[in-house]
Amino acid sequence: MQEQEQGAALLDVRKLSVLIKQSSRQKVRAVDAVSFSVGVGETLALVGESGAGKSLTAMAIMRLHKAQSMGVEADSIRLDGQELSTLSDREIRKIRGSTMAMIFQDPLSSLNPVLTVERQLVEAIRLHNDMSAAAARQRALELLDMVRIPAAKSRLGEYSHRLSGGMRQRVMIAMALAGNPKLILADEPTTALDVTISAQILDLLRELQTELGVGMLFITHDLHAVRSIAHRVAVMYSGRIVETGNVEDVFSRPHHPYTEGLLAARPHGSFSLDGHKLREIPGTVPSPADRPAGCAFGPRCNRSQPDCESQPPSLRNETGARTSFACYHPLKEVPA
Amino acid sequence: MDRQFWTYLGWRVLQSLVIIAIVIVGSFLLLHLVPGDMVDVLGGQRGDMDAELMATLRERYGLDQPVLVQLLNYVGSVLQGDLGYSYRNATDVLSLVLQRLPATILLVVCSVITAVFFGTMAGVIAARHAHRPIDVIISMIVLVFYATPIFLTGLGLVIVFSVKLKLLPIGGLITPGVDFSFLELVGDVALHLILPVFSLSLFYIAIYARLARASMLQVLDQDYIRTAYAKGLSTYNVIIGHALRNALLPVVTMVGLQIAELFGGAVLTETIFSLPGVGRLAYDAVFERDYPLILGVLLVCAFIIIVVNLIIDIIYTLLDPRVEISR
Repeated sequence: MQEQEQGAALLDVRKLSVLIKQSSRQKVRAVDAVSFSVGVGETLALVGESGAGKSLTAMAIMRLHKAQSMGVEADSIRLDGQELSTLSDREIRKIRGSTMAMIFQDPLSSLNPVLTVERQLVEAIRLHNDMSAAAARQRALELLDMVRIPAAKSRLGEYSHRLSGGMRQRVMIAMALAGNPKLILADEPTTALDVTISAQILDLLRELQTELGVGMLFITHDLHAVRSIAHRVAVMYSGRIVETGNVEDVFSRPHHPYTEGLLAARPHGSFSLDGHKLREIPGTVPSPADRPAGCAFGPRCNRSQPDCESQPPSLRNETGARTSFACYHPLKEVPA
Repeated sequence: MDRQFWTYLGWRVLQSLVIIAIVIVGSFLLLHLVPGDMVDVLGGQRGDMDAELMATLRERYGLDQPVLVQLLNYVGSVLQGDLGYSYRNATDVLSLVLQRLPATILLVVCSVITAVFFGTMAGVIAARHAHRPIDVIISMIVLVFYATPIFLTGLGLVIVFSVKLKLLPIGGLITPGVDFSFLELVGDVALHLILPVFSLSLFYIAIYARLARASMLQVLDQDYIRTAYAKGLSTYNVIIGHALRNALLPVVTMVGLQIAELFGGAVLTETIFSLPGVGRLAYDAVFERDYPLILGVLLVCAFIIIVVNLIIDIIYTLLDPRVEISR
């Protein structure tokens, strides 16, 4: 797939930062000036370890971050041609759930325990569509059918605790679709589910995405999920994007040592006790509060040179390379 | 309401009967631990009673029998719907209690509603503006309510609103000697109830406010609240539609627990505002050693409290579908 032209991007984020207030004086840049875009009908996966800032990025776009303890700075966040960063809270509310919708990690805690599936679905539908209660109920049934919930009619009256994990996440997806969104932000939607269910949800999301032509920002730390669902991927490390490109390119020819390390840390195919060991990246992710001055990955990197400590490398596109990466000493051609 | 529900109800009624039996036996024995009986009080008041007359009186009222026999007699008559005879009032206990009950029920029900409504509202507003000036002000007012004893609140309210401002009646339930139409009567009773209800419920407003605030803060932090915001709901709709019902659960539990305390508080309030309720009846009965009357009041109140708690448990299952009815 071709790199998206800027004009056609559904979501275009420029230099988005999320600052967490540690005390009255100290602020920590948990997300540090990330830029990326998602095209119409495209899925961009945001990958990284816990604490890399993936979820915060999505929360900041939805403006669901905790305003009391967090601040968001951005040069621009454009969604479907509209600048979001300058909108008032009231205006962004109209976009939330309609133009952009979100799916969360834990479907049990994300559904209201004392309201029926119907109440929660119909509420989302009527909030963004001018519909009678009866029509909204009909639409709720359609949505449940769409997310492949069998016997949808009998599920309408159920409460979330009586549904299985996969079923709950399907309800969450149906709720996200209620406002006919153009962009879906999926924040680790399969992490809380077991493997077979997680595969089903991934299939469903991929099918829906093709069917409806929506753009998707898919947040995960599961590289297999990335491979099965995303067109492009952005690898995040300590609040910054370190490498981005088409999934095939990033997976087969990573240039950033961190991407390469991540890919190598995947378990491969068959499981053997005496076979090859799982490779791991030595050390841990620095907390945003004491991120090194230069490349954040520097201290853990086996290719680091003195110049890595000067200032953080910015994302660049080297001739011959098919991905953009933020590294002074990238891996050249690595056999896949 | 399916079969499971009726099984549950039957089971609860059975439990309630056991509790009532314990209340009867317990309070009967407790009262008999107190030295001196009704005849002693009568004799003391009249001063001219000789030992023979006292013995005759004791025999007539069965007071000369062993305690166990008296207990069995009492239980026997309660089972027949007879709560005994009040010597002091020369009426049977049940009709006396029933005659006083409406005023107390009116007082307690109005107080519970007032306390839950204002308490929850204050708590929700405080939680919504947590750690900001409004929250601090509400918390301070609530603390004052919490720390002031009922009798002090009652007397204070009477002095300010009845004596000084002459806005509200000083006591009683109905303005005497006036011929009211039904609507006027309702208005008159309401006017008379304002002060008693507030003096009884201020303390509980405080309790529910603190409870609702804490519970609301916890609920507002839940993932499903984030989901509600993600749908595009306004803060008001998120709080009313998604948070409040979850935050109310502990408040409802508390109401069940505090109904009993409210009856206790009603004794004080009814005395201060000279309301013709069960509380004052009990108060007078204690001073007059009218044992059958005290027992009757205890029994009727215990019965009401048990029924109210059953109702609250049922309300709870309606509010929270995760709570399944079972034995």
